[in-house]
Amino acid sequence: MPKISVLYFGQLREQLACGQEDLELQDPCTVAEVWQSLHPQRTLAQNILIAVNQEYVKADFVVKGGEEVAFFPPVTGG
Amino acid sequence: MKIEILTETFEPLMALQNYQQQVNQVANSANSVFIGRMREQHMGNTVEQLYLEHYPGMTERVLRESVVEAQRRWQINDVLILHRVGQINPAEAIVLLAVWSVHRADSIQANEFLIEILKSRAPFWKKEILKEGERWIESNTPGR
Repeated sequence: MPKISVLYFGQLREQLACGQEDLELQDPCTVAEVWQSLHPQRTLAQNILIAVNQEYVKADFVVKGGEEVAFFPPVTGG
Repeated sequence: MKIEILTETFEPLMALQNYQQQVNQVANSANSVFIGRMREQHMGNTVEQLYLEHYPGMTERVLRESVVEAQRRWQINDVLILHRVGQINPAEAIVLLAVWSVHRADSIQANEFLIEILKSRAPFWKKEILKEGERWIESNTPGR
């Protein structure tokens, strides 16, 4: 079964008490669906940023097996 | 061009001097430098320490792409970006951003563009360690 790797950073990583987890994908699905299947009780907040293979995407981006998905709060570097 | 994420304290002026040895000073008569250090006072609290997290790989990629974009917009010849992660103490440097060009407008404008991209798109997150506890900074204010 193809898997995707899901990463969390910053405050979101702390809130979920998880930095990284894998998800088995039946079919390609959107990153919003990835979030929903991993966190059915928790709405994906509007301000959460999403990246696939380290590039910013929108919530309707379709992800395939073997890809890396990341969810994180607004960035605060510099 | 050099982009590096550092886990240890660094002295930005020393780093600048070291890097400058490989920059052609004759061809690059303008150099714009930004140094950002840790603030001790924030939102009415004394911050004892800062913890900086990043997304290894993506952070470097966003910074590299922003330099490519800056090179497209301005006549710049070299860029140095150093950024700390991990535990940072008050007054320690967080970021050094230096741009070299022939004319001043290019390096000054590219420097400002790059620091704004760094603050709004590069995946870094800051957590403040206060006497009263810890808090994540929720957003950066553009242009300040």
